[in-house]
Amino acid sequence: MHSRRSIAFSILALVACTRSEAPAPSGAAPTPDKTALAVRGSDTMVILGQRWAEAYMKKTPGLAIQVAGGGSGTGIAALINGTTDICQASRPMKPKEKDDVKAKRGADVIETRVAIDALAVYVNAKNPLKELALPTLSKIYRGEVKSWKDVGGTDHAIVLYGRENNSGTYGYFKEHVLENKDFAAATQTLAGTAAVVGAVKGDEFGIGYGGIAYLEGIRALAVKKDDASPAIAPSLETAQKGTYPLSRFLFFYTAGKPTGAAETFIGWVTGPEGQKVIDEVGYYPLPK
Amino acid sequence: MNAAQAHRAASAEQAEMGEKSPFLARPRLGERAAELLIQAVALVAVAAVLLIIVFVGREALPVLTSAEVHREVTPQAMLLPRSVGGESVFAWQPVSELPTFNVVPLFVGSLKVTLIALFFAVPLSVLGAIYVAEYAGRVARELIKPAIELLAGVPSVVVGFLALVVLAGWTQHAFGTEHRLNALVAGIGLAFAICPVVFSVSEDALRAVPASYRAAALALGSSRSQVLLGVVVPAASPGIAAAIALGFGRAIGETMIVVLASGNAALLDAGVGRSTRTITATIAQELGEVVFGSPHYHVLFALGALLFLCTFAANFAGERIVAGMRRRMGVSG
Repeated sequence: MHSRRSIAFSILALVACTRSEAPAPSGAAPTPDKTALAVRGSDTMVILGQRWAEAYMKKTPGLAIQVAGGGSGTGIAALINGTTDICQASRPMKPKEKDDVKAKRGADVIETRVAIDALAVYVNAKNPLKELALPTLSKIYRGEVKSWKDVGGTDHAIVLYGRENNSGTYGYFKEHVLENKDFAAATQTLAGTAAVVGAVKGDEFGIGYGGIAYLEGIRALAVKKDDASPAIAPSLETAQKGTYPLSRFLFFYTAGKPTGAAETFIGWVTGPEGQKVIDEVGYYPLPK
Repeated sequence: MNAAQAHRAASAEQAEMGEKSPFLARPRLGERAAELLIQAVALVAVAAVLLIIVFVGREALPVLTSAEVHREVTPQAMLLPRSVGGESVFAWQPVSELPTFNVVPLFVGSLKVTLIALFFAVPLSVLGAIYVAEYAGRVARELIKPAIELLAGVPSVVVGFLALVVLAGWTQHAFGTEHRLNALVAGIGLAFAICPVVFSVSEDALRAVPASYRAAALALGSSRSQVLLGVVVPAASPGIAAAIALGFGRAIGETMIVVLASGNAALLDAGVGRSTRTITATIAQELGEVVFGSPHYHVLFALGALLFLCTFAANFAGERIVAGMRRRMGVSG
C-alpha cells in the first residue's frame, strides 16, 4: 500500500509544483500567548465548534477563534501541515496519520474526547418503517436490498443518500455498517449532512445517515445491532451507555499537549459550561 | 505660445543639442517601456496558462507511465468494464479495499448533463436573441438584454441551491423521476448558467449581419420571416455555432450546480431521471482529501486533463465552424 499521507489540495501546491515531501510551514507551532486559534475539520462538528467558539470568545475578549469545516480528513491534513491549532474529527485518527503528525510537527498527537454523537439513520417522516438491523442496513447501502417492501415497507425502490468520501461520517458508516465493503453505485453523495437531511426530507423513499443534531423534518430509525438484538433508538442515555449501536465520540486533536489559549479553550469545552453548549446543538455531552 | 512658435522653439533647441536630442528620445523611451510592460503582462497570462497545462499534464502523466500507479489502476482499467460475478460493470469506487477508477460513467455523466443543458438553453437563448435582435423595439430590447445578462452574474452556487431545493421537487412531481436529484435537474440548472453566454454571442452575431443584406432581401420582395430565415440567420450561423460551442465549454466545466443538483451517484445509463456523477463534481468532491501522489490523486488529474481536452476541442471546433462558414459566405457573397 502506498503512503496514506493526506494533504489538502491547495493553490499552494499549484504554485509550488512540488509533490515531494513538502516541509511543514515554519512558525506553525502555536505560541503560548496566541490571540487567535484556528479550529478545522469535521463537517459534523462545524456548528458545535462555532457555538463553542462564540460562547468562549464572549468570555475571553481579545481571543479570536476561527472554526472551519471541510471534513475530518481535511482537518487532520491541516493538523499534519500545521495550518490549524485544533483539529475537530468525528472519527479517531489512524495510526499512520498520528505518525505523520509526529514526523512533521515533532510532537505526539493528543486526543481529547469532547462530545458524543449518535449517527442517526434518517427516513422521510411519511415512511412507516420504525427500525432496522445493522446487517439489513448494510445490505440496503450495498445495493442488495433494493425495495422498501423487503424490509416491511411499501413497494418502492429505496433511494440511497450518503456523504462524499472525504467525510468522517462516510468513513464511520463504511467501517461500522458496511464493514468496509463498497457503497452501491446508486448511492448519491451529497456535500454535508444538512444536504442529506434536505434530500431525505424531500424524498418519501429516501434513506440517509448523519449526526443526530440534524433531525429536522425527518425521522431517525431505531437500530438493532443484529436481527436478534433489541431495537435501540438514538438518545442521550443509549448513546452515553454505548447501547445505541451507532454512537461515537467526537474528538479534538492537537499536535503536542495544548498550551496557552488552546489549553484553556479545550479545558472549558470539556468542562460544565462547554458541555452545556453541546445540548443546545443537539449532540450528547460526555458521561459524567 | 502657438504651434508654430512651439515648433520653432523645439527646432532651435534641437539644433542646439545636436542630432541626438533627449527631447525627442525621452517620450519614445517612455512609450517603449509602457509597451514592454503591457507585453510582459500579456506574457504572464500566457505563462499562467502554460504552467497550468504543464502542471495538470505532469500530475496526470503517471496514469500512463508510472509502474506504481499501474499496480492499482491502468489506463485500460479506467476505460474497460470490470467483471463482477459474471456481470461487467463500469464502477467508480476510489475509496475501497479494491479501488476501481472507471472514468466511463463520469464522462458519460458530464456529457449527459451538458447535452440536457444545451437542449434547454440553445432554443431559448437563440430564439431570444432573434427576438431581441430582429423584432424587439428599443424599450423591450433595453429591458430584456440586461435582464438576461444579469443572469450571468448570479453565482452558480445560488443556481445550484435553487435547483436542489425547488426545481428538484417540481421535476419529480411533474415527471415522476426515479431520483429526486438527477441529470435532468442538474441540466436545467446548468441551462440557466449557459443561457447568458449563448444569448449574448448569438445576439451579437445577428446584429452584426449588415443591414444591406436585409435591404436587398426586402427589395426582392421577401417577407419578414423569409428575410430572417433565409438571409439573416444563415449569415449569422457561424456566430450562433460559436455561441453553442462556448455554451458547451461552459456547461461541461461547470461544477457547483452539478455537485448540488445531480446527486453524484456514478451510474452508467442513459436515463435522465436518475442520479448522475460528472467529472467536475468528482474532482470537487474528492481532490480535497486525496492522498497526495497516490493513484487516486493522479487519476483525478487525468480527469482534469480530459476535461481540459473537451473544452479545448469544443472551442477549437467552434472556431473551425466559424472560419469555415465565413469562407463559404465570402465565396457565395
